[in-house]
Amino acid sequence: MEYKQEQSKAAQEENSSFIRISNVSKHFGDFVAVDDVSLDIGKGELFSILGGSGCGKTTLLRMLAGFEVPSGGSIEIDGLDVTRLPPYERPVNMMFQSYAVFPHMNVEKNIAYGLVKDGLPKNEIRKHVDEMLELVQLGDFRRRKPAQLSGGQRQRVALARALIKKPKVLLLDEPLAALDKKLRERTQFELMNIQYETGITFVVVTHDQEEAMTLSSRIAVMDKGQFRQVGTPKEVYEFPDNRFVAGFIGTINTFHGSIASISEETLSVYSDELQLTLPALGTHPVEVGQEVDIAVRPEKIFLSRDEPDNPDDVRIQGVVDDLGYLGNRSLYRIRLANGKIVQVSSQNRRRSVTRFLEWEDKVWISWRPRSAVVLVD
Amino acid sequence: MAGSVNRDNLWQRVAIATPYLWLLLFFLIPFIIILKISLADPVIAQPPFTPTFDEQGALSISLDNFRFLLTDDLYAITYLRSVVIAGIATLLCLALGFPMAYGISRAREQTRGLLLLLIVLPFWISFLLRVYAWMGLMNNHGVINNTLLWLGVIDAPIQMMYTDIAVFVGLVYSYLPFMVLPLYATLERMDLDLVEAAQDLGATRTRAFWDVTWPLSRPGVVAGCMLVFIPAMGEYVIPYLLGGPESLLIGRVLFDEFFVNRDWPLASAVAVVLLLLLVVPIVILQRNQARDAEAAT
Repeated sequence: MEYKQEQSKAAQEENSSFIRISNVSKHFGDFVAVDDVSLDIGKGELFSILGGSGCGKTTLLRMLAGFEVPSGGSIEIDGLDVTRLPPYERPVNMMFQSYAVFPHMNVEKNIAYGLVKDGLPKNEIRKHVDEMLELVQLGDFRRRKPAQLSGGQRQRVALARALIKKPKVLLLDEPLAALDKKLRERTQFELMNIQYETGITFVVVTHDQEEAMTLSSRIAVMDKGQFRQVGTPKEVYEFPDNRFVAGFIGTINTFHGSIASISEETLSVYSDELQLTLPALGTHPVEVGQEVDIAVRPEKIFLSRDEPDNPDDVRIQGVVDDLGYLGNRSLYRIRLANGKIVQVSSQNRRRSVTRFLEWEDKVWISWRPRSAVVLVD
Repeated sequence: MAGSVNRDNLWQRVAIATPYLWLLLFFLIPFIIILKISLADPVIAQPPFTPTFDEQGALSISLDNFRFLLTDDLYAITYLRSVVIAGIATLLCLALGFPMAYGISRAREQTRGLLLLLIVLPFWISFLLRVYAWMGLMNNHGVINNTLLWLGVIDAPIQMMYTDIAVFVGLVYSYLPFMVLPLYATLERMDLDLVEAAQDLGATRTRAFWDVTWPLSRPGVVAGCMLVFIPAMGEYVIPYLLGGPESLLIGRVLFDEFFVNRDWPLASAVAVVLLLLLVVPIVILQRNQARDAEAAT
């Protein structure tokens, strides 16, 4: 199947065990923050750990940094077991969510701090600091104190300070969360460029799915201390492994049903909700009769006034319940005969003064046979 | 409308004027009186000093009292002793208070309140009673000596009362909260990420403390030291009750000149010089606070 090929290709491209997290757990009293998690991250990857607050992503990052010792399991970085190594002995640096720029030191001293601790000679430190100032474009601000910098500039100081030691792994805790929207988009690409130029493995923790999608080579979706899916942004979006991932990343329409038949390419699912048998792609082994959900993304659904003519497509009739104009696209909520609401998003390719559809208009929704996926758990 | 604006304005002025009025009434005017007395001569009369203006209305002042302070070594030595004793007591308070404040600021939020309460709890009992309690503890037949004798650690009681040790114990015990509270205030609002960032960049725990925690707690350290040093300099009760007769401190000299010798002008001169000596640390404290306020904006 398509997604499997992509997965194996990604694995080949990366030397996939640069960071090896094996059966790592972390308990705080009775609370299990990270629950027996295993993960391999390749050299040079820009890997994101995505999840809501309290899912354990920050605890996992702190174990990578050395601020928390795992309750069980081990962490290896480039063949070195760092599980119990203190933070100052790890080939890892971290950019904090708060940036944690030292307020009593100027930009230059902040950036130089790591090398000063390593006891490098002064002229060499100076050379590296200059390089870093150029990389993050802060050359004019070297003598400024953090209080005299904007949020974006402080973030770049934090980044330069973490990169100057040329760590094997750079950990970034919600790197863009504190920036406004425009700056966030720019910084996102800057981060990707810097990652590409330095070749350092980045591990990003974020709650923002859009950030994770655009930044990362791979994403681990985390919930309740466990990974719910690990894959490329495309895999995670197009072939969510389970209901949690499907719902967490983007919006998705789901219909309840049960497996009617299984063929080489696709599954055929009878949906009791729709009273319809429809095709869908599967990612897990299933049996005939098994109860599942069929999931379709809003942008994969087409709208038309007349019945679509392609007989392979899934076609259902409904009524426009609500609509919203977002400029580049419009969102529609289509009410089916049984009262179920289906979300549809369509690009506004043509400029029109009169709306294409109005409230209570009768419409057909349709999607391609390969657009739906089956969710098992 | 105009009336209400004026009224707001009036209240603003009252609010601003109140502290100044307070300082004028209870600080500046008494100080001027003391300064006036310090420039007079002592007489056996009521009041025991010559008036500033004689019968003819001519100004009658002299710097004799200040001159006397310079000629007699006793005063210079006592001032110096006071500075040294107050300084050592301040450093002892810092050495004890910093770990306490650090510990409280890093404690769980629920326990912090309790620990702070324990720090201020002694204030609920009269200062004088607490000093007397220390006498009971440190006497030759006090609790400490009796316990040590009973345990067989010592054969004869240790002389603790009426020594400098007792003065230090009293000073540190009494002024420790003034050190702990401002230190706690700065340590508590410090971003712990900063310490972790230092460790992440290669600093050991100790190194991170000296590179980050210590410089960032400086405002608290300065405030705490001043709050201990300034009152300790003029302290009278503790050295009088716990210190030996030879451990003369300026507060005690001041008291003796006023009440024993009834030389009000000389006592006033002693007080004026003490105040001038204290102006230096007070200015440091003010500057520190101003810089803090500036950094906060």
